[in-house]
Amino acid sequence: MNAQPPAYFEHEADIGIIGRGTSVEAAFEAAAYAMFAIMTEPATIRANQSVHLDFEENDVELALVTWLNGLLAEARGQGLVFGRFRLRRDGACWHGEAWGEPWRTDLERGTEVKGATLTMLSVRERDGLWEARCVVDV
Amino acid sequence: MDLGRVQQLDEYRWTVPLAPGETRAPVLLYGSAPLLASMDDKVLEQAVNVAKLPGLVKASMTMPDAHWGYGFPIGGVAAFDPAAGGIVSAGGVGFDISCGVRCLRSDLSLTDIAPHLELLANALFHAIPAGVGEEGRLKLAPAQIDEVLADGAHWALRHGYGVPEDLDYVEENGRMAGAVPANVSELAKKRQRGEMGTLGSGNHYLEVQVVDRIHDAETAAAFGLREGQILVSIHCGSRGLGHQIGTEYLVTLAKAASRLGIALPDRELACAPIRSPEGQQYLGAMNAGINVALANRQILAHLTREVFARVLPGSRLETLFDVSHNTCKPERHRVDGRDALLYVHRKGATRAFGPGHPSLPERYRAVGQPVIIGGSMGTGSYVLAGTAESEQEAFSSASHGAGRAMSRHQALKQWRGRELIDELAGRGILIRTASLRGAAEEAPGAYKDVDLVAEATERAGLARRVAFLRPKVCVKG
Repeated sequence: MNAQPPAYFEHEADIGIIGRGTSVEAAFEAAAYAMFAIMTEPATIRANQSVHLDFEENDVELALVTWLNGLLAEARGQGLVFGRFRLRRDGACWHGEAWGEPWRTDLERGTEVKGATLTMLSVRERDGLWEARCVVDV
Repeated sequence: MDLGRVQQLDEYRWTVPLAPGETRAPVLLYGSAPLLASMDDKVLEQAVNVAKLPGLVKASMTMPDAHWGYGFPIGGVAAFDPAAGGIVSAGGVGFDISCGVRCLRSDLSLTDIAPHLELLANALFHAIPAGVGEEGRLKLAPAQIDEVLADGAHWALRHGYGVPEDLDYVEENGRMAGAVPANVSELAKKRQRGEMGTLGSGNHYLEVQVVDRIHDAETAAAFGLREGQILVSIHCGSRGLGHQIGTEYLVTLAKAASRLGIALPDRELACAPIRSPEGQQYLGAMNAGINVALANRQILAHLTREVFARVLPGSRLETLFDVSHNTCKPERHRVDGRDALLYVHRKGATRAFGPGHPSLPERYRAVGQPVIIGGSMGTGSYVLAGTAESEQEAFSSASHGAGRAMSRHQALKQWRGRELIDELAGRGILIRTASLRGAAEEAPGAYKDVDLVAEATERAGLARRVAFLRPKVCVKG
């Protein structure tokens, strides 16, 4: 479960998401949490089902976009919404898992995220804290 | 936008002077001083970035409703010449491929529907799947998705959605040529399985509108419009399949650009030469995505007719026109006295062919293509018509909406969904939405003044105003 509230930055038409953590993987997990928090209240999602998401990407910034878009595709393809995330990195190989459930009528409906973009995309580490950010299209 | 950074050419045209040593094509910004002043500086930055792409013809342009997008500005128009190394850009099309508006013209007047407005609003909200996580009743097998990708609105018609006359009034007559279903991933097709005939969320809507004011009586007559008449506008796109095409090709083309030595000022401008294998592959997939959007709006138009038939028996809804935004289309344009085949990107912009264009239906050929500027749910929308002048100006392109004036985050701080809906109800506008948060994000005050956008569009010669539409019912995701 993500302990921090989701973080965002301003974008005129869409929404900028921020994920922070003590590792690049933790920052990506927090970014995923922020993205799903646009669509619903992720803290209310039951972790009834899980999906695995493995991918290869050398470029750490493109890896963020691939991770987020992979989660969106899994969610939409299976009619699920996710609220918990875990990611492990092994060089260029990334192994992810997300937990959630099918949409329930009593889940809050926010705004659908169409995709994570390369705009204002950055993954940086400073003083041991990683920050991953990009704009998502809504 | 800092107007000190732009140079005014006339009341509605602006450019950006070249910096010392800078090499790029010109930039042309359409709009009034107040509209430009209300735009984010990022619009300027993005328009300049587009002007640096290879094979750009004339100029990188923005429409009066432009706002900060990703890569290209929203409201951006850019034409590329394949013979000059011109490119196609996934970022220049966007994720919601062929997002657009289907406008239906009824034979009803406001007085006919006024007693039934609550019932109509509830029935539409019940019948039109809208909002995040919502699926449609239609579930398609993979082979059927391939048929939609190839045939667009024709597929929908064959399966009982709509009437043949609809297709006369849809761009490309409802089927985009050059679609290659094989270029669309299995994952993209999987995402679409339950999403045909769904509205989506964000700025998508289905709106029942009344013709409030006629600006151009002759063209309004040709469009079949009169004061007090009821119209329905449906704003949505290619749903999950289109989003997945955009997602996948954005990364593919970003890597292709790097490999081909195309210097991208912004990675989101991910592109490849039109004549390259990567460019052709994307075009095949994008054209297939356009067909999904055309089929989706055809199905939604049919669902809308079913509701009207139940609530207002005997009523008729005809397709006025169906316009697409977020496309890159091959078109012939006159450039420097010669006829050229160009690939015109319109990201958040509408095609606006002028009178006499051969692709227009006979009924509209003398007056020009219907153009729809969708405003916010509390203000109104415009129907305009393409002009001959627009061909000279912006490759026959015009504005597509009011354009956001503030971020969704700012809007959420300023408005509460429930209060907003109640306030609009007090003004006679019924909102039906799955998302109170979404309603707040879409507050009328978060958008620019649609009157100023439509006026600037006309004064710049991009399209002329025909009618103003006032919302009565708005179904939002």
